[in-house]
Amino acid sequence: MSFNWKTVCKQEDLIEGVGVAALFEGEQVAIFYLPKLDPQVFAIANWDPIAKANVLSRGIVGSIEGKLVVSSPLYKQHFELSSGQCLEEDIVIPCWQVSLENGEVKLAS
Amino acid sequence: MMNKNTNLEVTQNLAESNPSASTHIVVVGNGMVGHHFVEQLIQHEGANYCQVSVFGEESHIAYDRVHLSEYFTGKDAQDLALTDADFYQRNRVDYYANQKIIEIDRSHKKVITESGESYSYDKLVLATGSYPFVPPIDGHKRANTFVYRTLEDLDAIRDCAKNAKVGTVVGGGLLGLEAANAIKNLGLETHVVEFAPRLMPVQLDEQGGNLLKSMIQELGVKVHVATGTQNIVEGEQCFHRMNFSEDGKEYLETDLIVFSAGIRPQDALAKSSGLVLGERGGIQVDSHCLTSDKDIYAIGECALYEGRIYGLVAPGYNMAKAALDHVLKQGKLEFKGADMSTKLKLLGCDVGSIGDAHGQAPGSKTIVFQDGMQGCYRKMVVNQDATKLLGAVLVGDNASYDTLLQYYLNDIDLPSQAESLILPVSDGASPALGVDALPSTASICSCLNVTKADISQAVAKGALSLADVKAVTKASTGCGGCAALVKNVVDNELLALGVEVSTDICEHFAYTRQDLYNLIKVESIKSFDELLEKHGKGQGCIVCKPLVGNILASVWNDYVLKKEHVTLQDTNDRYLANMQKDGTYSVVPRIPGGEITPEKLIVIGEVARDYKLYTKITGGQRIDLFGAHLNQLPDIWDTLIKAGFETGQAYGKSVRTVKSCVGSTWCRFGVNDSMTMAIDIENRYKGLRAPHKLKFAVSGCTRECAEAQSKDIGIIATEGGWNLYVCGNGGMKPRHADLFATDLTDKELVQYIDRILMFYVKTADRLQRTSVWMDGLEGGLDYLKSVVIDDSLGLAQELEDQMALIVDTFQCEWKTTLEDPQAVKAFRHFVNHDGVDEQVVFVEERDQIRPATQSEKNHLIAKAS
Repeated sequence: MSFNWKTVCKQEDLIEGVGVAALFEGEQVAIFYLPKLDPQVFAIANWDPIAKANVLSRGIVGSIEGKLVVSSPLYKQHFELSSGQCLEEDIVIPCWQVSLENGEVKLAS
Repeated sequence: MMNKNTNLEVTQNLAESNPSASTHIVVVGNGMVGHHFVEQLIQHEGANYCQVSVFGEESHIAYDRVHLSEYFTGKDAQDLALTDADFYQRNRVDYYANQKIIEIDRSHKKVITESGESYSYDKLVLATGSYPFVPPIDGHKRANTFVYRTLEDLDAIRDCAKNAKVGTVVGGGLLGLEAANAIKNLGLETHVVEFAPRLMPVQLDEQGGNLLKSMIQELGVKVHVATGTQNIVEGEQCFHRMNFSEDGKEYLETDLIVFSAGIRPQDALAKSSGLVLGERGGIQVDSHCLTSDKDIYAIGECALYEGRIYGLVAPGYNMAKAALDHVLKQGKLEFKGADMSTKLKLLGCDVGSIGDAHGQAPGSKTIVFQDGMQGCYRKMVVNQDATKLLGAVLVGDNASYDTLLQYYLNDIDLPSQAESLILPVSDGASPALGVDALPSTASICSCLNVTKADISQAVAKGALSLADVKAVTKASTGCGGCAALVKNVVDNELLALGVEVSTDICEHFAYTRQDLYNLIKVESIKSFDELLEKHGKGQGCIVCKPLVGNILASVWNDYVLKKEHVTLQDTNDRYLANMQKDGTYSVVPRIPGGEITPEKLIVIGEVARDYKLYTKITGGQRIDLFGAHLNQLPDIWDTLIKAGFETGQAYGKSVRTVKSCVGSTWCRFGVNDSMTMAIDIENRYKGLRAPHKLKFAVSGCTRECAEAQSKDIGIIATEGGWNLYVCGNGGMKPRHADLFATDLTDKELVQYIDRILMFYVKTADRLQRTSVWMDGLEGGLDYLKSVVIDDSLGLAQELEDQMALIVDTFQCEWKTTLEDPQAVKAFRHFVNHDGVDEQVVFVEERDQIRPATQSEKNHLIAKAS
């Protein structure tokens, strides 16, 4: 299976340890950059379906029982960065394959 | 209060139209026990069927007679009140003050008032209390003689004391000594005259009584034991002369006399109605508190159960509960007598008495420890083989009271060397009975009758803190003497349940906030990663990251958006603004003390207009601008900072506002310049980050227009300087601030605030407000005073130095941010696009924007397509 990678932004646009928001094919994507981990980047939807606002890129990143998560800055639910699974509710948000190549951040659609 | 006549008719109509559904309960007497009955009834589910009328003989609604003496030390009738007329009215209780019931018409089931009105009842509860016994000495009715029972009595004593030099209390029992303390506090030369050979003859043995006497004499109260008064006549130097011998050679001159020689049950009404009384008075009741009439109950000090009158409030409350149980046909509770052990502080001396204090049980033995140097006396009365505690007497030191009482009440086997319980311990550890050893039936709070099992249950149902347990069980809300014990039981229960009394803040750090604060400070840790590496595990979370970010800010005061700190910041700190429900932000510039020039007001107006922001005046006397997009924040702040504004830190767990009135500068009532003080204080503490947000206020006089007593730090101007109030708050659980110190100079005021705030920052739990923090300190306000005023921990200098560092390193976070292009970049909404979030939609309301509701959004989208 091969992915159709497209550049979304530059690596220098990312901020270590937190997320940024980007527009990708008309959708808001939250991209997290965790340089000390492998993989180093994660991409999930920026839309928080519980708070109904585009805010997930602005949440705190952390780990809950080994799962890498971001918590919504509004009502604090956690979303797993690798799968988009919400830990508190039975909700899965979209996520994207993401890669870092030559200073560029690419997403697979 | 309601119209008596109309109300009566309503009651009767109700009863006639639906007799089975409505039981009319009449309570005669509105003292502590009578009120407790009504309160319990209101809280009971079965209460809906009941119509309740309460008759009080006094003009005051039920008040706390146990703490009556505090009426002389600053509390007023309202402080002592146990309830208010509103509470009764809300709960449909008809309350009649100043209404003495003079007759019970038992055949027609009616009570008749002094003014001749009659009220019918289905069940009648007599809670008429007691009256002070005045020995029939010749002259006992002279002017300037008093009893010590009601607020009116105290008013009269206070008035008389104004023109008196010497005051005498007749009676050296518990109440008598309480009255003596009050007389002494009124500034009079004080005497106590006791007929028995020692003080507190009921509770104390001879040695205990003697020690108490010498301790009280040392405090300047003259004690005359084994002294009977023959008569009272006109004095020569004073108003009265009390003759102690028939020949008039032994006498005492005094200006006022308070009789406190015991109480007698107030049973006159019962007697005239033909109810059965005891030989020496008291309305005879059974274990349901039922009198000889099956529809009449008697509770409290007027009731006689198995030949005994119970003159303490706790047994009275239990009688109230037993009577109510029977009225509502619950069949769960009975009154089976009560323990009369007491612990109290009299004139500053600890006195405790448990069970068989005099060792009257056959075969009983005593163990005594006495220390004439320290002034303490402890006696245990044990059974023949010293396996059970039967009683105890303590004078001078009540430290072992709680432990002894539990042995006594729960019939626990004494340790093999029982004397260890009262002997001083060389290593300083006081011998305490582990709460583990208490049976589940152990009574922990005897005022409110809360057992260990009640507390266990409350904890099991989710009350995981002392405050929660107190709220659920009411334990320790009566006299408060059991506070330490309740805390121990709660902690023990939490441990036992394995409810991780884990004070660990989260899965990443096995430490408390206080531990982390100390680690960061002692090891000079400057970043989260460093702390995580040395003392934690995992990646952190929304608990530990903001917490550590907050401590780092409190200790080192670094710029919070520094590269290594930015990942720690919670929602609002991350972008130095307050995120609203739609993901936009509100902006709050600092307006110290709420003082602002017209020019600055205009700038705020222009910013709001240019960026189309919604504006609202806040409760903290500043202005909040709503609806800013993330990418607009730097531009908005650029304008504000150029106009001289600084960040208001409305986003941080930090010092928010110092609310103020204009003070003596403008106000004709002001006694000091509250405006300048407010601005100085706000500018001093504005950079401080703390476990929770902090709000201050300064009022220019006692009219208190700035509402300082609802703030963490409240300052009120006085003629002599400033009064400092601490640890109040509004919000979810409002709490009045406590008076911390009075008439402070500017310098003292700032010094105390420095120390209080830094001690809070150093020792509070995560997100703990100052009020909860102080209540959680063992010793509460007094402890805080000792740390701050007396420097009991030797911390004062460190606390002041830490505050000096915070003050000296203040920076406006927005100014720093705007100077760093990299930091400004983080405020783009999209890193790859200049647009803003199109899902943010505003509509207009009252000429300003507000976020569109979901249906409004749907409507707008439908229109557009």
